[in-house]
Amino acid sequence: MSILVYIEHAEGSIKKTSLEAISYGKALADKTAAGDVVAVALGGISDEELAKAGTAGAAKVLHVADGKLDAGVIQAHAEAVAQVFKQVGANTLVLAKSSLGDAVAARLAVKLDAGLVSNVVDLPDTSGEYKVKRSIYTGKAFAETIVSKDKKILAIKKNAVDLITDGSPAAVEKADITIGEENFAAKITSTDKAEGEILLPEADIVVSGGRGMKGPENWGMIEGLAKELGAATGCSKPVSDIGWRPHHEHVGQTGVKVAPTLYVAVGISGAIQHLAGVNSSKYIVVINKDPEAPFFKAADYGIVGDAFEVLPKLTEAIKAIK
Amino acid sequence: MKILVCITHVPDTTSKIQFTDNNTKFDKSGVQFIIGPYDDYALARAVELKDALGASLTVLNVGEAETEPTLRKALAIGADDAIRVNAFPTDALFVAKQIAAIAKENNYDLILMGRESIDFNGGMVHGMVGELLGMPSISPVMKLDIDGDTVKMAREIEGGKEYLEAKLPLIAGCQEPIAEWKIPNMRGIMSARTKPLNVVDPKDGEVATDVTSFQLPPAKGSVKLVDKDNVEELVKLLKNEAKVL
Ligand SMILES: Cc1cc2nc3c(=O)[nH]c(=O)nc-3n(C[C@H](O)[C@H](O)[C@H](O)COP(=O)(O)OP(=O)(O)OC[C@H]3O[C@@H](n4cnc5c(N)ncnc54)[C@H](O)[C@@H]3O)c2cc1C
Ligand SMILES: Cc1cc2nc3c(=O)[nH]c(=O)nc-3n(C[C@H](O)[C@H](O)[C@H](O)COP(=O)(O)OP(=O)(O)OC[C@H]3O[C@@H](n4cnc5c(N)ncnc54)[C@H](O)[C@@H]3O)c2cc1C
Repeated sequence: MSILVYIEHAEGSIKKTSLEAISYGKALADKTAAGDVVAVALGGISDEELAKAGTAGAAKVLHVADGKLDAGVIQAHAEAVAQVFKQVGANTLVLAKSSLGDAVAARLAVKLDAGLVSNVVDLPDTSGEYKVKRSIYTGKAFAETIVSKDKKILAIKKNAVDLITDGSPAAVEKADITIGEENFAAKITSTDKAEGEILLPEADIVVSGGRGMKGPENWGMIEGLAKELGAATGCSKPVSDIGWRPHHEHVGQTGVKVAPTLYVAVGISGAIQHLAGVNSSKYIVVINKDPEAPFFKAADYGIVGDAFEVLPKLTEAIKAIK
Repeated sequence: MKILVCITHVPDTTSKIQFTDNNTKFDKSGVQFIIGPYDDYALARAVELKDALGASLTVLNVGEAETEPTLRKALAIGADDAIRVNAFPTDALFVAKQIAAIAKENNYDLILMGRESIDFNGGMVHGMVGELLGMPSISPVMKLDIDGDTVKMAREIEGGKEYLEAKLPLIAGCQEPIAEWKIPNMRGIMSARTKPLNVVDPKDGEVATDVTSFQLPPAKGSVKLVDKDNVEELVKLLKNEAKVL
């Protein structure tokens, strides 16, 4: 049995969630005596960066450098990973849950005749039947799930496993595969992406603003605090619905589900649908002028006060400890 | 042009999630079931496309008889007919195989689904159906327009979006702001009663996973409030107690 990890990269670096997936793969390999963990990366990225997959536990990285894979063409990525999976004789595929990862993993489940479990939060129990714990109901519950297929695909929920980076650099090799033209039936014509921004789903700290911020002109305060904390910015649904903030910042049941170590919510009431997107955060800080705001019940720390007074002071206080 | 929209029958987003039978069954008592919010976006966009292009619109659910009110609601919103595959939706692969079988029989040009269900959050049924049918599957799609036999889409990616084009037939997993949720009007509700709702038997019983038990996360402790004039105290707590700074 051998374990393959599908890794994603952005702006020249392996994504943190993919490093977590490698650490998960390594822990799984150790637990099940599955030997070395192999990672597969698609599209343009340097060998030097790929070698870093070793620090998280991969012994080897197979690189399909085909430039056509730079864009996340779902079918082509699934086909490439399927071929590598077969070449290395793998039995388990591990990947980080993400918008591309989900789409690719689903096609792979059919291609490889594998059992796919999404939102995995822990190592499987392999003492009897193969049993995995996953998060369901948007973080409101967990389900113990038996996988009855021989081959397995595990999509790991972010921040659910410890990232261990004490390994040594991985060997990077080119993978030799050919991807048929039919896998490029969907064409990516352009991409519209903020450069250099901390990605919300990947962020360790998130600062979010709600309707209590009164208008887009006040977001400088949210961004100021986020900058001081090295955080990504998020918002509530109405805020993105009205267009104060771009849609990809919308957090909650129908938006991005975040799982940072620290989530700071400013002027957000804490509706159940918003909480569904943040309930996997390790710590939650709420700033709201209404002491009855439901968000306080889900928070670890809170300040009852006017955001326009508290935010500048808080930003200063954080600056002061640096 | 024929459009299929696949909908889930899921607990309302405000439902309290609880389990019974020694944590092996979802507790339905007092729970309202709705069309999955993402499926509702898919349906709303499909109704717009139907009106603009003169397409036919079928909704499909894989579920037991209890899901029929949810299918009727989709008919009231604007679908022409409904199909229910009469089976307990044991897992995503099982559901995908049912959808693929119906799609093969009926040759839909466009199959819209939600980005993910809000109960099991798999985000996988569209990709599985795509692979089973050999069609592109794109998700999460936030904009979708049809120009002849070309579909132009925007897909959400981390930190932004990408624009794509593909030919029909195609499968998309939808999310906002693809369209605004539609609320059924009185005429829709009346006509939904007489629109066809066909119940069919499942085709292939294969499953890949099976849930054995459920768990709730540990309850959250109570909040520590810090005075608004002493924000330094919060910074101290975050640094020394939570150790996140
Ligand atoms: C099916 C469904 C799905 C949904 N999905 C989502 C989702 O994914 N994400 C989401 O966020 N919502 C979602 N919603 C909407 C949700 O129910 C709430 O309406 C929304 O979260 C409220 O946003 P808000 O907290 O920004 O605004 P409000 O509820 O208006 O709250 C504003 C808060 O700001 C506080 N405030 C006002 N002024 C100040 C000030 N000067 N300083 C400090 N605090 C101040 C107020 O006390 C209040 O608590 C969904 C709803 C439905 C029905
Ligand atoms: C009472 C009840 C109990 C259930 N128990 C389980 C269980 O124990 N284990 C389990 O895995 N599933 C169970 N389900 C089924 C679950 O709701 C899903 O249908 C199925 O598991 C796929 O989930 P997913 O999260 O992978 O779907 P996703 O891949 O997240 O769904 C993506 C899209 O596929 C479509 N889709 C998904 N499911 C259906 C469907 N049933 N009919 C039509 N279209 C659909 C929708 O458009 C959806 O937005 C149960 C459903 C009900 C109503």
